[in-house]
Amino acid sequence: MNFDLSDDQKMIRDAVRDFAQREIKPVAQELDEKAQFSVELTKKIGEMGLFGMYLPEQYGGQGMDTLSYIMAVEEIARVDSSQAATLAAHNSLGIGPLYYYGTEEQKMKYLPQLCTGNALWAFGLTEPDAGSDSRGTKTKAFVENNEWVINGSKIFITNGASDLAIGATVQAVTGEDEKGRKEYTTVIVEKGTKGYSTVPMHGKMMWRASDTAELYFDDCRVPESNLLGKIGEGSKIMLSTLDNGRLSIGAMGLGLAQGAFDLAMQYSHERKQFGKFIYTFQNTSFNMADAATKIELARNLLYKACWLKDNKRPFAKEAAMSKLYCSEIAKEVADVAVQIHGGYGLMKDYDIERFYRDQRLLQIGEGTSEIQRLVISRYLSDEFLGK
Amino acid sequence: MKILVCISHVLDTTAKISFTDGGKSYDKNNIQFIISPYEELALTRALELKEAGEGTITVINVGEAETEPTLRKALAMGADDAIRVNANPTDAMFVAKQIAEVVKQENYDIIFTGKESIDYNGGQVGEMVAEMLDIPSITSVSHIDLNGNTADLQREMDGGYEKVSCDFPFVASGQKGIAPEARIPAMRGIMMARKKPLKVIEAVEANLATEVKNHTLPEPKGACVMIEPDNAKELIRLLHEEAKAL
Repeated sequence: MNFDLSDDQKMIRDAVRDFAQREIKPVAQELDEKAQFSVELTKKIGEMGLFGMYLPEQYGGQGMDTLSYIMAVEEIARVDSSQAATLAAHNSLGIGPLYYYGTEEQKMKYLPQLCTGNALWAFGLTEPDAGSDSRGTKTKAFVENNEWVINGSKIFITNGASDLAIGATVQAVTGEDEKGRKEYTTVIVEKGTKGYSTVPMHGKMMWRASDTAELYFDDCRVPESNLLGKIGEGSKIMLSTLDNGRLSIGAMGLGLAQGAFDLAMQYSHERKQFGKFIYTFQNTSFNMADAATKIELARNLLYKACWLKDNKRPFAKEAAMSKLYCSEIAKEVADVAVQIHGGYGLMKDYDIERFYRDQRLLQIGEGTSEIQRLVISRYLSDEFLGK
Repeated sequence: MKILVCISHVLDTTAKISFTDGGKSYDKNNIQFIISPYEELALTRALELKEAGEGTITVINVGEAETEPTLRKALAMGADDAIRVNANPTDAMFVAKQIAEVVKQENYDIIFTGKESIDYNGGQVGEMVAEMLDIPSITSVSHIDLNGNTADLQREMDGGYEKVSCDFPFVASGQKGIAPEARIPAMRGIMMARKKPLKVIEAVEANLATEVKNHTLPEPKGACVMIEPDNAKELIRLLHEEAKAL
């Protein structure tokens, strides 16, 4: 076994770490407070080359491996979850389906501009009545006069409504099979299309500086050629997109846990009570030992899942495990870190307050922790039964 | 315009150092190495000058194979090619001779160093190279602009600045201010750095001018004694009797 990163991977990690410290850290607290999506910062992330990192160069990407991309998300999340969310969602959910399922023409049309940071793309899956139960999707589409006609709505869609958003991949019900099961299809919808509107969602507890939107389709018509993949392939596209997305949400959990750990380490070596640094109390140091152990485990699991993907092996079970474990330990480590900060940890002047709120999405978004357990347990059962 | 930037491969500023071999060398395991910060700033300014006009930037390091990731980072930042003189950089004179030899072959217009490497703080290589080549050396440069066939430079002095102009070629040692902050390599740069030439050449013979006997770490700081703000008497007593400062 070899746990060493390559020289390139180390350079990528260190460069993103420096970038996060220099460009994101100084503004993260203010953007969160104002719940402001920053066009300027998103463009800087684009200039760093973090959008489309894993795409081949002909589509505007950097041709990097999955692990490099995941470490980039981790390093950004270590400083700020909102920016990491913009990055992870655009790469995994926005760019991913277009790259994996788009025709050459679709790829050349969209991907190069989506790699620059001057334009963002969304993935429209969740609906008001279809969260964990994605088969409850009500948005419908049918073909008429060589056009898809779409009606319905989507909710909680990252990168759907900001000034940089230029469109979405939308999942819709397009029919039923012979057994009466719904048939799903994904269709490309560009912003500005008549009948397509986006509304930013306000009042979020977490990821306040990222863009979350509601999408509305009211007799929205797009060319028939906007079909992504094949008719009826929607479920397959959704599931494989979520497998990849789980790695990046895992990276957000790992990065957040590491960032919360860093803050608690710093604070517990500065704060004195009873005449001693609070780290010297066994309660504090043992909690930090547990936190460090969880982070180490989370990193090993997530990086292994990336390694599986990079080596073209099945990785869906490990991706679900990574998403579950990294999200859960993000909650535990952030909780311990707030406790170590005491009363100050409850104040907005301290970054840990933001980390504590931001972690709460991780056990809910892109498949709740319960759904991850469902996915993992199905793999286990299939393996046991030899399916 | 041909620019050479000399790159030192140094310990990260936060590295914990433990000496080995009777204090003659140090343990390199688990230590992060970086481009010495003044040289990173000088390289950043060199890149800006190149981008404003035209030319090439070569980076050079005298070191063994372990320094190549450091040179690759310089390439990722935007340098065009790299040279590694394959030798253990034993002292400033040895390093300067190697660099001077390369400059003789290639006729660079500007040779940048940092004002000192942040590990040994020698601050000698640039001046030695200039001396060996009989060209001007301008130290502690905090700003540089190109102006036709000359360069306008600003030097830091105690409490002020000195502005000088100089014809090419010359050696300039950069310091804080020469660029606002070091450039962070973007992903494209990191991928392109793989394909850029990194030439390894053998060292020319050079006698050692100095020999390191050993290194020592500073004494650990004593425990801090806290005195209540209104107890000036005790402060004076301690300064007088314990610290013998009064």
